[in-house]
Amino acid sequence: MGERRSTKRDLERYGSLFATRMQGVRSSAMRDLMAVTAQPEIISLAGGLPDTTTFPPELMASLMGKVAEEACARALQYGPTEGSEEIKSCIGQVMAAEGMRADPEDILVTTGGQQVIDLVCRALLDPGDVVIAEAPTYPGAVPSLCAFQADVIQIEMDGSGMRVDRMEEALERLDRAGRKPKFIYTIPSFQNPAGVTMVLERRQRLVEIAAEREILILEDNPYGLLRYEGEALPTLRSLDGGEYVIYLGTFSKILSPGLRLGWASAPRPVLDKLNLGKQGADLCSSSFSQAFVAAYFAAQDWRSYLRTLTELYRKRRDTMLDALAEHLPSEASWTRPAGGLFVWATLPAYIDTTDLLARALREQVAFVPGRAAYVDGRGGSELRLNFSGVTDDDIREGVRRIGRIVREQVDMYSTLTGVQAAPPPLTRAPERAPGRALEAAGDNTARVVPLRRATR
Amino acid sequence: MSRVAVLKGGRSLERSVSLKSGARVEDALERLGHEVISIDVGHDLVDRLIGDRPDVAFVALHGPQGEDGTVQELLELLGIPYTASGPSACIRCTDKVLAKHLMREAGIPTPDFYAFNATAFTELGAARALPAIERHLDFPLVVKPAGGGSALGIKFAPRAEDVAPALVAAFSYDTKVLLERHIAGRDLAVSVLEGPDSAEPLPVVEAVPRDGRFYDFEARYEIGRTSFACPADLDDQWTWRAQELAMRVYELFGCYGFARVDLMLEHDTNDLYVLEANAIPGLTETSLLPQAAEAAGIGFDQLVGRVLDLARSRSLA
Repeated sequence: MGERRSTKRDLERYGSLFATRMQGVRSSAMRDLMAVTAQPEIISLAGGLPDTTTFPPELMASLMGKVAEEACARALQYGPTEGSEEIKSCIGQVMAAEGMRADPEDILVTTGGQQVIDLVCRALLDPGDVVIAEAPTYPGAVPSLCAFQADVIQIEMDGSGMRVDRMEEALERLDRAGRKPKFIYTIPSFQNPAGVTMVLERRQRLVEIAAEREILILEDNPYGLLRYEGEALPTLRSLDGGEYVIYLGTFSKILSPGLRLGWASAPRPVLDKLNLGKQGADLCSSSFSQAFVAAYFAAQDWRSYLRTLTELYRKRRDTMLDALAEHLPSEASWTRPAGGLFVWATLPAYIDTTDLLARALREQVAFVPGRAAYVDGRGGSELRLNFSGVTDDDIREGVRRIGRIVREQVDMYSTLTGVQAAPPPLTRAPERAPGRALEAAGDNTARVVPLRRATR
Repeated sequence: MSRVAVLKGGRSLERSVSLKSGARVEDALERLGHEVISIDVGHDLVDRLIGDRPDVAFVALHGPQGEDGTVQELLELLGIPYTASGPSACIRCTDKVLAKHLMREAGIPTPDFYAFNATAFTELGAARALPAIERHLDFPLVVKPAGGGSALGIKFAPRAEDVAPALVAAFSYDTKVLLERHIAGRDLAVSVLEGPDSAEPLPVVEAVPRDGRFYDFEARYEIGRTSFACPADLDDQWTWRAQELAMRVYELFGCYGFARVDLMLEHDTNDLYVLEANAIPGLTETSLLPQAAEAAGIGFDQLVGRVLDLARSRSLA
């Protein structure tokens, strides 16, 4: 009987090979919970998915046919790292729709917007470099920032976006410590996960600060065109003229994430570095996808599909907001996004949304617990809800179930603390000061930390 | 050679750990020359078992359904021999409250505790007893869901005001929870493995968090975040005592094949306490049972082979 596997050797063999920087990339309890959310019986408000069922299959077929007829060999071939000329013209149209002008040579086509985040980290960060981000920030950015060992400082947001005044205070503090961030990572419009939009004054101040202090901004703008109400605001890039802003755009939310196509538009020296990084990462993005998008833009008005999506998502957002108002207890609050894909809810501090997700999964409903959007352990009582990828019925039912279990936990907490607040205790002399009970009813979950235990 | 159904995955919160355990077992079974039928446990489990007619089932499931006796009951019903403990031992291991009562009655040291159903609080006013419990157990105390084999939902409450949020969290996982005295000390595990003739304790494993912080749920599945000492650096008397306690628990609960018993060696007193037993311990690269077996000179393939042989001999009994 051949004995070829050794547990201890496995551990040591791989463990000693991993890069030190990867030790900072933490997976989480959430990962195990999320593994369960993919099952079909679960209503998942956890994804960040556009509704691709709205794209007409016959249109896809005809576009594929067109690519085969007109660009077969090219679609099957490697392409230039920076992307094809024809797709850059499409990107030009999308950027123009948001009031920006970009020369083709200012654009780097990437494999989804996600790759821009990775390439920017790769190009700019040494271990320990400071990055400013919003609190909460896009959960998908966290592994990139951690893998490049960034020291991430998260700046709180309110209904008007990132508190730029607080950011300035943080910059001052860093300054005094002789440190300066490499870049400021922000999603100004319909932020993921918070659903809020940065107001014009803050946008203006932000680009001023970047210029004054010579700090780059990574403006992540996947959702800017998915506006359901109000007037469009200028992007940071259009305010700054492309001096300090690295702009991240994507086809994922206006056409399809399956195409894996995004882009960066950045100051030329930065773009050159991103291009070098991309050569190492994947040589070029899919020629096939680029040809498909070019065919799509040639065949029809891309804005008309965008209008279809916008109408659909607006309705779903309203369904979700109505359902939240109906089913969540008064102790909860949530944002009212004017666009994008997400609502961010905040529950009382004594509810831990990672644990709540475990309970929710028993009720066959899922969301993203808030901790995923922070690098520093905050967000324990917050959660992200997606409305774009779920039907109205599922939104209503999913929110109803979440509302029921939140209420159950609110009731349990008041049962527990209400009695603690009512002396006398059952046995012997009370050792508690009278004020203690009020404290007990307060929000002290920060001290509830996971216990050390190995059980698997 | 046998046709072996490896039951893994499932719908529990420990699905991803189970998939890792299962995949590793499948590799080992193939190396041992068996035909592997891989089953991700779901609605079609019984159909699959009836249709595939395996000679034996290797249960690599963790958490509810897989480890609490449910799947074992089904396998008994279908007449398919299976690895590890039967339904009753699974129930005794999975329900931490029952396990602790049994241990206390048998004189096996386990940290002091109180256990409650949610209804005790909602219908019987049990919250009024919390201050007394807190005084008796002293702070910090540990709040745990009664079921579930992982550390999900286990909270450490250093102060009175932390108890209510910790209870709310624990009730997210189970309708029954326990409050337990916290033992500050060394984190030990003794696995028990049965041979053809008798069960024997394997060397003690100590889990040491590499970054010096609490050993949390995430750390244990990630290579490089926790270091394991096996055999643990313990005086012989403590090694012997830990192994003896593990054997007593194994026998008390009526386990079969293998199991893992978790203990704490208290810093201040040098007293050993049994926290719980796991009927189907993890079999991943970072799991403790395979490490302990290896320290005893039993490689992973041999471990899998031995457990499988036991399952087959049980069917002949």
